[in-house]
Amino acid sequence: MAIGETIRNSQIWKSIFRHPMPLDRRNRIVVMLTNFFLHLHPVSIKKQGIALSFTWCMGGVTFFLFLVETVTGVLLMFYYRPTLEWAYNDILALRDVTSLGILRELHRWGAHAMVITTWLHMYRVFLTGSYKPPREFNWVIGVILLLLTLLLSFTGYLLPWDQLAIWAITVGSNMARATPFLGYEGPGQQLLTIGGIDMITDGSDARFGLLGARFVGEETLNRFYVLHCIAIPLAVALLLAIHFWRVRKDGGISGPL
Amino acid sequence: MHSNGFFLKDVAGFLGGYYTFIALMNGIAALLLWKRKNQTGWALVWAVFAGAMMVLASLALSGSESMVPALPSGVRTLVNKLSGPMLYTVGTMALFTALFVFRKFFVQPMVAWSILNIAMVLMGLSMADENFAAIVMKPDNVPIVGLVFLLAFFTWVATKQAVVNDERIKQGLPPMEKLDDEKVLVWPDLVYTELICMVAVSAFLLFWAIFLPAPLEEPASSVKTPNPSKAPWYFLGLQEMLVYFDPWYAGVVLPSLVVFGLMAMPYLDFNKKGNGYYSIEERKFSYLTYQFGFFVLWITLIILGTFLRGPNWNFYGPFEYWTPYKVEVLNNVDLPQMFWVNLLDRPLPRPPQGAGTLTQIGYILLREAPGLVLLGAYLLLLPPLLAVTVFRGFFAKMGFIRYMIMANLMLLMLTLPIKMILRWTFNLKYIISIPELSLNF
Repeated sequence: MAIGETIRNSQIWKSIFRHPMPLDRRNRIVVMLTNFFLHLHPVSIKKQGIALSFTWCMGGVTFFLFLVETVTGVLLMFYYRPTLEWAYNDILALRDVTSLGILRELHRWGAHAMVITTWLHMYRVFLTGSYKPPREFNWVIGVILLLLTLLLSFTGYLLPWDQLAIWAITVGSNMARATPFLGYEGPGQQLLTIGGIDMITDGSDARFGLLGARFVGEETLNRFYVLHCIAIPLAVALLLAIHFWRVRKDGGISGPL
Repeated sequence: MHSNGFFLKDVAGFLGGYYTFIALMNGIAALLLWKRKNQTGWALVWAVFAGAMMVLASLALSGSESMVPALPSGVRTLVNKLSGPMLYTVGTMALFTALFVFRKFFVQPMVAWSILNIAMVLMGLSMADENFAAIVMKPDNVPIVGLVFLLAFFTWVATKQAVVNDERIKQGLPPMEKLDDEKVLVWPDLVYTELICMVAVSAFLLFWAIFLPAPLEEPASSVKTPNPSKAPWYFLGLQEMLVYFDPWYAGVVLPSLVVFGLMAMPYLDFNKKGNGYYSIEERKFSYLTYQFGFFVLWITLIILGTFLRGPNWNFYGPFEYWTPYKVEVLNNVDLPQMFWVNLLDRPLPRPPQGAGTLTQIGYILLREAPGLVLLGAYLLLLPPLLAVTVFRGFFAKMGFIRYMIMANLMLLMLTLPIKMILRWTFNLKYIISIPELSLNF
């Protein structure tokens, strides 16, 4: 006990935590206000608002899974090279020879779980009518986050560069070929011509923009890698911050008025 | 169909653990109920059931393949023969309707527990079938099995509370959520819950990662197209829609409308009741619309697309071998063909040789007239017609613009089930087919 006491009384400890342990009411309030990681929460909350049967904890689990994906993803990035030469071999090595290759399993199953928990979170928010005023706009942000979650999972699906990956992405992205006006097999693309020259071809349509090529190839791998590791996570992080901030500003967790 | 000797040896160990798990689950339930004193009858039921599960477990682990509990092959053949996209969709629709109408019965804990047990035993018995297990045990399909059980569980949790709240509101009492509105400190009450959740999710994820390797198939090859070629599982509902619509609608327009509709929802739902608590009676219309979209048009289509669509996107029964040689007769007909050729016994209107652009457009419009009239009536006449009949109250409260957006989103969402029914009953392929513009609907 004495050592613990010494540590808690040291200047270093006190410079990090500016108040005593949250053992009494006053310090339990202070800790919520002064700790960076906790300040997202209110100090006190309605008892029904934290009942598991009410919230299902799915929003929180989704966020936690996002953090798991970020940490495992960064670690995997140290190992994986997104090129035709190495992508498949690196994943193969992660499975067969690399220590901690289980990071890939954690990352993949975490991603599937995140899609599911996002749906469940949304389902709960709908069933409790929590999208109703004043929380309309936060629901809209949530829908965008749902879309980004699916895109994160979709872009990540290509990276192992096996048969499962490229054909799933091929099937998924073939849809873009049929975008009205902007896909070269889509309705109305015939109308976009200048001086008899087709503007929308397989080298300039929506699918080409998505894949960076006429078929799923090295350009696509690079494009999806950057989207998966940088572009989409940044967008998600920003929207998450707004999403959480709005939860607080719109009156905290919903409950009967 | 296939001898499954080797296969059963692999799956028998899993099934042994699986039945033991069900036995354990029911043993604990029996113990808890026994302690409550007033539920001893049910406690005995689940204790006996747990015993039966232990028998199944020991049969599965007996080492003899013929002893592994499985559905009789007659039943499996019958299920395969009966199942098809129509029966599947209509059947799940009927099931959801029954669950909704009799929700007061189904939310009782003992009823729900019985259903869970039946589902788990049926799942176990089916797993002993090689063809069933081959699809369900594909690593990327495992999450869907989890999703089905999770959705069932959480729907039960929500409906149970909604039923109680609806009953209370009828009696003039506030919803249950209102009773606990004293405030508690976030530290420790919420922070500790979050911590426990994080530990539990991490443990679960580690367990999953250790016991189920992530899939890795052969290296990518752009010349070897797998049959079937499937999108990631969460998009398989969209892929299933391709059976009924062209990609521009099923793959681009409908998904965009889903996203737009979800975003528009809070601005269209003018009902102030049911904010912050579980309730069904107070918001029946929005509840049923969401559940129809989520369960019938999203989840069941994903399950259909994943488990029941095989090579060439043909339908396969749950216990059927996915042979690539299955041939399905496609005799779908376009509406212009039905109208001009089959009904009026005339050739399709065709512009004379060397006609100008305007004449050609005129002939296309004439040819597609039946479809254009039908679709025009559906999208332009139906909303005002509904506004003065079924949706009169909505129209009055929502105003013109909001009402029109709601009505059109609703009608566009319903194009999918309507097209399904038209396909099954009339073999209708396209209502409008203008290949000149790659526009088929």
